[in-house]
Amino acid sequence: MPADIAPAYAAAPTRPGPALARLVLAEARLLLREPVALFWGLAFPMALLAVLGIASSGPGSRLGGLPLVAVYEPILIAFVTVAFAIQGLPAVVAGYRERRILRRLATTPVGPVRVIAAQLAINLAVALVATAGILAIGRLAFGVALPGQPAGFLVTYVLAAAAMLGLGMLIAALAPTGRSAGVIGTMLFFPLMFFAGLWIPRATMPASLLRVSDFTPLGAAVQALQDSMRGAWPHPAGLAGLAGYAVVFTVAAARFFRWD
Amino acid sequence: MAVIDVEHVHKQYGDKVAVDDVSLTVEEGEIFGVLGRNGAGKTTTVECIVGLRRPDRGLVRVLGMDPQRDGHELRQQVGVQLQESDLPDKLTVAEAIGLYASFYRTPADGRALLELLGLAGQRNTRYRRLSGGQKQRLSIALALIGRPRIAVLDELTTGLDPAARRGTWALIEDIRRQGVTILLVSHFMEEAERLCDRVAVIEAGRVVAIGSPAGLAGRLGGEQRIRFRPSGPLDGRLLADLPGVTSVTRAGDTVVVTGTADALMAVTSALAGRGIAAHELRVEQPSLEDAFVAVTGGGHPSTLN
Repeated sequence: MPADIAPAYAAAPTRPGPALARLVLAEARLLLREPVALFWGLAFPMALLAVLGIASSGPGSRLGGLPLVAVYEPILIAFVTVAFAIQGLPAVVAGYRERRILRRLATTPVGPVRVIAAQLAINLAVALVATAGILAIGRLAFGVALPGQPAGFLVTYVLAAAAMLGLGMLIAALAPTGRSAGVIGTMLFFPLMFFAGLWIPRATMPASLLRVSDFTPLGAAVQALQDSMRGAWPHPAGLAGLAGYAVVFTVAAARFFRWD
Repeated sequence: MAVIDVEHVHKQYGDKVAVDDVSLTVEEGEIFGVLGRNGAGKTTTVECIVGLRRPDRGLVRVLGMDPQRDGHELRQQVGVQLQESDLPDKLTVAEAIGLYASFYRTPADGRALLELLGLAGQRNTRYRRLSGGQKQRLSIALALIGRPRIAVLDELTTGLDPAARRGTWALIEDIRRQGVTILLVSHFMEEAERLCDRVAVIEAGRVVAIGSPAGLAGRLGGEQRIRFRPSGPLDGRLLADLPGVTSVTRAGDTVVVTGTADALMAVTSALAGRGIAAHELRVEQPSLEDAFVAVTGGGHPSTLN
């Protein structure tokens, strides 16, 4: 090893830029290096959209007066959002705690809070891009109209994303390891998506099932997104329910989160 | 000037006392070792110093600052390498060093630092693909990237092979030459003996000995041992009565004499007077490890991790 360390210990000629931006960039790079997460969260729902779009041109492919692809757009938007929020995010954050990465950050001037902020920002950004992609493909390839009530759509989306990111952070708070957080996320993904109508769209759900679906976060979200797509302002009860979930999950996550 | 001042710190988790009563001061520019067995309270002590834990009682001042109140400014000036602290698997070495450099006001040159630590060839290697030694060296680089005035290094060379260990020790001495104060947490006595100007031995949450490694060894390590094989028949009583000698034992044809520092001179003169040569003569000085065992009353520290 060279004896003279003076050059290495001199101040760097240039500052590397603001820490939060560098953290977001680093976390974004790391996400792009996870092919399985990107396939499941992005490629799979896009492929599903394409299949449904092609199927919609066939006979008997309308549901509740809408083409199948239009029925499924809000469901797939819920899919991409929940995939990143409760499967990707908690596994990464709980893993950072388990492997004492948060603790290492706690010894630096930046601290561990900002890496969580970076994670939330990245996962929200990817879900937003995917949502925009679903709307664009639906419009351009299959002629599904863009949301007729854009403000209602946006409000619904923000509340739904907040509820799911809050739930993701609650999983990260309670799961002891990154792996267990991933398992919990996956176990919750299926019932959430079931009530969102992934297997049985809400239009074909029996009344009793629909009633339960109304009270689940993604059931309420899909209904409110569907209403906005048709040009109506979503029902306030649905939005209030989503807001309630967002508050409860976020407060519980903050209450139970451990840094080490 | 003391850069770290710890006075009567006490910390417990529930009923379990981690640190009972620890006081120590670290002077600017010295390499100070905190030694102790696992569970002795050394990590908690260091966590209080760097502000990761709030002591229940007592006072901590680092560079004149309160780690709890002035934590943000303190972390600009104190670099910390924690035990068993990872990085994301797919982050490359260059990305990690660039990221951590952005956390500090006046960071060091990351490229030169990686070169110094022998990681220049791994710049584009992902963390997961690094060897244990490379991970450890990257961890040290991250602790130094902010050009700290104090570097806290916890179990610096655990898991390194002997060559890498010696290289790391040389590096620590170089860093100290840049005026950096180093707080070294270790259970490895050879490391402390080689590097530290002063050490504090912590046992059951208290400082049981503090001083230079040689001073502690001499004061607490007990007597020196003289071993040799006499060239002719030797009556043990001849040596036992010499000044400074406390015991004479035989192991096969080897004679072992224990005693004070004066014993060696007395033994060699007595042998010369009888015309007996001392073959394979070895003198074993008490080591820091002997002192450690004496003050902690337990087994050898390097076998206890």
